[in-house]
Amino acid sequence: MTGSMPYVAVAVLFLCGLYMVLFEHNLFKIALGITVMEASANLFLVVLGYRSGGGIPVYTLASREAMVLPTPQALTLTAIVIGLATTALLLSLVVWAYRHYGTLDIQQIRRLRG
Amino acid sequence: MRLDEHLPALLLALPLLGAFSAPLVGKGSRRWVELLLPVLSGLTFAVAAALLHRVSVGGTQLYVMGAERAGLALPSGMSLPIRIVLEVDALSALMAASGSLVAFACALFAVPYMRRFSGFDKFASLYFLLVAGMLGMEVTGDLFNFFVFLEIASVASYGLVAFWRDRPEAIEAGLKYTVVSTVAALMVLFAAGFLYGNHGVLNMAAIASRVDLGVADKVAMALLFGSLAMKAGAVPMHMWLPDAYGEAPSCVSALLVSVSQASLYGLFRTSFSLFGLPRVAPLLGWGLVVLGLLSMFVGVTMAIVQKEIKRLMAYHAISQTGYMLLGVGVGLVASLSPARMESFGLVAIGGALYHVINHAMYKGLLFLTAGAVYYSAGTRMLDQMGGLARNMPKTASLFALAAAAIAGLPPVNGFTSKLLIYQSSYALSPFLAAVGMITSVLTLASFVKIFQSAFLGPALPELSEVREVPAPMLAGMALLALAIAGLSLLPGPVLEHMVMPAARALADRGAYIAAVMGGGM
Repeated sequence: MTGSMPYVAVAVLFLCGLYMVLFEHNLFKIALGITVMEASANLFLVVLGYRSGGGIPVYTLASREAMVLPTPQALTLTAIVIGLATTALLLSLVVWAYRHYGTLDIQQIRRLRG
Repeated sequence: MRLDEHLPALLLALPLLGAFSAPLVGKGSRRWVELLLPVLSGLTFAVAAALLHRVSVGGTQLYVMGAERAGLALPSGMSLPIRIVLEVDALSALMAASGSLVAFACALFAVPYMRRFSGFDKFASLYFLLVAGMLGMEVTGDLFNFFVFLEIASVASYGLVAFWRDRPEAIEAGLKYTVVSTVAALMVLFAAGFLYGNHGVLNMAAIASRVDLGVADKVAMALLFGSLAMKAGAVPMHMWLPDAYGEAPSCVSALLVSVSQASLYGLFRTSFSLFGLPRVAPLLGWGLVVLGLLSMFVGVTMAIVQKEIKRLMAYHAISQTGYMLLGVGVGLVASLSPARMESFGLVAIGGALYHVINHAMYKGLLFLTAGAVYYSAGTRMLDQMGGLARNMPKTASLFALAAAAIAGLPPVNGFTSKLLIYQSSYALSPFLAAVGMITSVLTLASFVKIFQSAFLGPALPELSEVREVPAPMLAGMALLALAIAGLSLLPGPVLEHMVMPAARALADRGAYIAAVMGGGM
C-alpha cells in the first residue's frame, strides 16, 4: 500500500522546483528548477495510472486482475522527450547569456527594461 | 478516399514536411529553401482556406487519426473516445485560416529580410515548426495533443526569438520567454493530468461532457486559465511579451502575434467548451473581463512611453488582446440568460473574434513595416528616424493603413470590430465601453507619434541613401494590406459567413460535445 505518499512527493518536488524558479538568482539553478518541475509532472502522470497490485497492460499477457493504466505512461514518455528538448535549449541559452554578459546572475542580465 | 476529407491532417502535415525537409533541402542550396518556405506556406494557407469553406458548408469536421472512428467499444457495450481526434469547427477553421495567411505573408517577407544572415535552412525549419504548432493547437480536439502542439510552438519560438544570438538582448529575451513559457506549459500538462485522473479521458469534448466541477476539475480549470492567459500575454502576466516580440526578427514577431492568439483560442475553449457551466460562467467571464480591462489600459499606457518601434508595437499587441478578452468575457457573462445572449452576448463574442482576425492582419503588417524600416534605415529607435516617407513611399502608405486600422478610424476594419465590442460591453456596463474608448484614443495618439517621427518631417542627412525594400518584402506586406482592405470593405459578408458562425460555435457548448460524443457515445 502506498496510499497518498506519491502525491505528496509530487507536491514537494513541484514546490521545490517552483521555489528555485521564483527565488534563485543563478540562471543555471533556474534551469534546474524547471527540470525538477518537469520531473514532478512526469511522476504525477505515472502515479495517476498506477493501480496497486495491477498487472502489465499488454493484451497477450492480460490476466483477469486489475491492470496499470497504459495511457499515462505513454503521456509521460512524450513529456520526457519534450522536457529534454526544452532543457537542452534552455541550457544552450544559458551558455550564450554567459558569453555575452560574463555572469549567470539574473540581476545583472537586465538590458531590456520598461 | 477523397482528399478533402483529409484536409485537417493535411493542414498539419504540410508545415511538418517543411520543417523536416528544410535542413535537407538546405544541403543543396539556399535558393531552394528560399523557394520552399513561401511555396509550402502558401499551400498551407490554401488548405486552411479550403477547410474553412468545407466547415462553413458541411459543419464541424471530425478527423480521427489512424482509424475510422473516435471510440473503442468494448464487448460490454462501454465506449470511450480514446483516439486522437482533430475537431475543426467554425472557430478553429477561422483561426487556422487567419494564422496561416499571416504565416504566408511573413514567409514572403522573410526571404529577402533574412538574406543578410546565415542559417536560413534552420530558420525555415523552426518557422515551419512554429506554424505547425500554432495550427495544431487550433484544430486539435485532444487535451494532451494540445499540450504537445503548445510545446512544439513554444520550442520553435524560443529558437526564433533568440535567432540573432550575437545580440545579448535577443538571448536575454529568449531566456525570459523560455522560462515563463515552459512553466506555463507544465501547468497545462498538470491540468491534463488532473482531468485525466478524474474522468479517464483526454478528448476535450468527452471531458466537457463529464465535468462536474469537483475539486480536481476546479484545480485544472485554474491551471489552464492562468497558464493560457500567460501565454496569450494578458496583463499582469505580460512581462515576457514586449521582450520576445521586440527582439525576434520582424517576420517572426508578426507571426508570434498569431501564435499568441492560438493560446487565446485555447483560453476561450477552456472557458466556454470545457468548463462553461452556469455555475462558473460568471466567475470565468468576469475574470476575462478584468484581464481584458487591465491589458487594454496597462498595455497602451506602457506603449506611449516607448522609444523603440517594435517594443512599442508589442505593448500595443497586449492592449489589443485586451479588447478580445473583454468581448469574449462579456459574452460569457451574458450566456447565463438566453435573452441577454441574444441581445448582446453573441455580438460581443462576434466582435471579439472579428477583432482577433483584424488584429492578426494589422499587427502583422505593422511588425513587417517596422522590419522594412529596420532593413532599409538600419535603426529601430524612433528618435533616429525621420522623413522616411520620401524614400520609402510604399512602406509609409502601408504603415498608414495598418495604423489607421489599429487606432479604429472609421472606414478601416479595426473600427468595425471595436464598435461591436463597445456596443455590447456598454449593455453590460458603460464603464467597460469607456475604458475601451479611452484606450482607442491613446492608441491613435501613439501611432500618430510614430508616423510623424519616422515617416514625416525633414529628411535626415544620414538617411538620404535609404531605398525602398525589395519586391518580395513588399508582396508580403501587400498581402496583409489586401486582407485588411477586404475585411474593411466587406464587413457584412465577413461577419455573416465567417465571424458569427465562429461565435455561435464557441457559444454552443452542446454542439462541441455532440460532434464527438454523438452517435452512441
